[in-house]
Amino acid sequence: MTLKKFAVTFALGSMALLTAGATVSTAQSHVNSPDPLLGTPSVATETSNIDGITGHAESGKHLYRRFCIGCHGPDGNGQGMNAQWIDPKPRDFTEATFKCRSTPTGTLPTDEDLYNAITRGFVTTNMPSWRPLNPQQRADLVAFIKTWSPRWAKEKPGASLNIPPETAITIESILHGRELFQKLECWKCHGPEGHADGPSAATLTDSKGNPILPFNFSTGERFMCGDSNRDLYRIFMTGLDGSPMPSFADVIQPNDAWDLVHFLRTLQVALPNQELTLWQTYKAAHGKDLKPIGPDSAGGAQ
Amino acid sequence: MRMKFFAALALTVAMGSALMVFATPPPAGSGSITGKVTYTGTPMKMKPIDMSKEPSCAKQHATPITTENVATGPGNTLQWVVVYISAGDEGTTTASQGVRYDQKGCQYLPHVLTMLAGQQLQIYNDDQTSHNIHPLAKVNQEWNKSQPPGSPPIDTKWDKPEFIAVKCNIHPWMHGYFAVLKTSHVSITGEDGTFDIKGLPPGKYTVTAWQEQYGTKTQDVTVGAGAATANFVFTATPY
Repeated sequence: MTLKKFAVTFALGSMALLTAGATVSTAQSHVNSPDPLLGTPSVATETSNIDGITGHAESGKHLYRRFCIGCHGPDGNGQGMNAQWIDPKPRDFTEATFKCRSTPTGTLPTDEDLYNAITRGFVTTNMPSWRPLNPQQRADLVAFIKTWSPRWAKEKPGASLNIPPETAITIESILHGRELFQKLECWKCHGPEGHADGPSAATLTDSKGNPILPFNFSTGERFMCGDSNRDLYRIFMTGLDGSPMPSFADVIQPNDAWDLVHFLRTLQVALPNQELTLWQTYKAAHGKDLKPIGPDSAGGAQ
Repeated sequence: MRMKFFAALALTVAMGSALMVFATPPPAGSGSITGKVTYTGTPMKMKPIDMSKEPSCAKQHATPITTENVATGPGNTLQWVVVYISAGDEGTTTASQGVRYDQKGCQYLPHVLTMLAGQQLQIYNDDQTSHNIHPLAKVNQEWNKSQPPGSPPIDTKWDKPEFIAVKCNIHPWMHGYFAVLKTSHVSITGEDGTFDIKGLPPGKYTVTAWQEQYGTKTQDVTVGAGAATANFVFTATPY
């Protein structure tokens, strides 16, 4: 009996092994074929290159299917099952238009820009930080995201913005930044005090026609594209493509841009910062001499 | 004396460049397609634009300008319809001169600007206020640039044919179109709804009329030596 039982067990075991082997080999032979759960990407494959790590779209595909598909959707167009409940809407990768870039408006972001976005996540949206994935996995996801638009095969990313060293934080710098805030009409959307209540604020829509609010500086909310002074510099210089926020790279000189950064910090009244302290001291002494920002100020439109 | 010479020189140069900008290329053929674009039904009402939030622009208009999505004229005519050859002889496909687009009085001039794919486009801000030029391209790549008063013109071009809506997020009423085509045989209807596509060699053509709100209509036209006629009728809806 034991012999018979052994034979049966052996036979079953072998079959199981064979089946398992067959499954594995099937999976391997289909690595480059369309995924039943995903739509057809525009580009067969892509790689990414982030600081010495090479990401591969094939590996990224599996991660995408597990972690991203719910919002960004099986077709990469931002229409996943959760999308209807989400605002701002998940990114539509088929358009290859991205908000957080180091590259000029209208150009593709660098691999590093996408990698940083995945790593950082977007505060005040449903996009979490993906730090739990290791750097290789995040690089793989960057490579896979790039398969959704044919632009990645045809175009190169724009040149990253060169950000010169930050200038000194002085009251002169802040005052000049304040003039620029008036002159460049930042207040038309962001409001004279940065409360997101400028005259055009209520009319804004993103490029897909969804209502969108300008950034409110006063709440203590962090910036979506990074929180350092350098990030702030980059945000208004390159603009947030797909949103109403334009690029100012062609119209602001580097030193002036730092002045504007320093002034913008003073609007963040809920976030203690060096610029704010300096500004509050200045305002306590000279506040009454300051012309309010807005339509009647001498510095702006008459 | 020297000043006079330079003034004269400057004038000559200015006139020369003006001629370069406004001279039309010699017609490639003697035929033409003329016609009128009209509508049936009830079009949406064009609303007067309230520019009180931008006084520097408001004072440039004695009477408020209206929206231009469906610009109509007497006799149910439609203005700003782009009528172009979509199949047949395409005429010039590369342009020797650029085209100019102006932001003036918080309005885009012209409301619809036609250009060839790859043709140089210069965008001017003639106002005393900042604008942001935001072409909502889908086939080409969307971009969005700030242009404060006194900035140099933005020099750009579009690589692929597309009707691109243009907006200014700071002044939400500002709305226009770039009609990027692969043909130079194009005409935009005036207030009387008429168009005239000149310089066509004899042959068979497909003519397309595009209206920003109502889309496109096409018809086939055979052109001989003289003027052929093609009229387009769009069905207007109130919203």
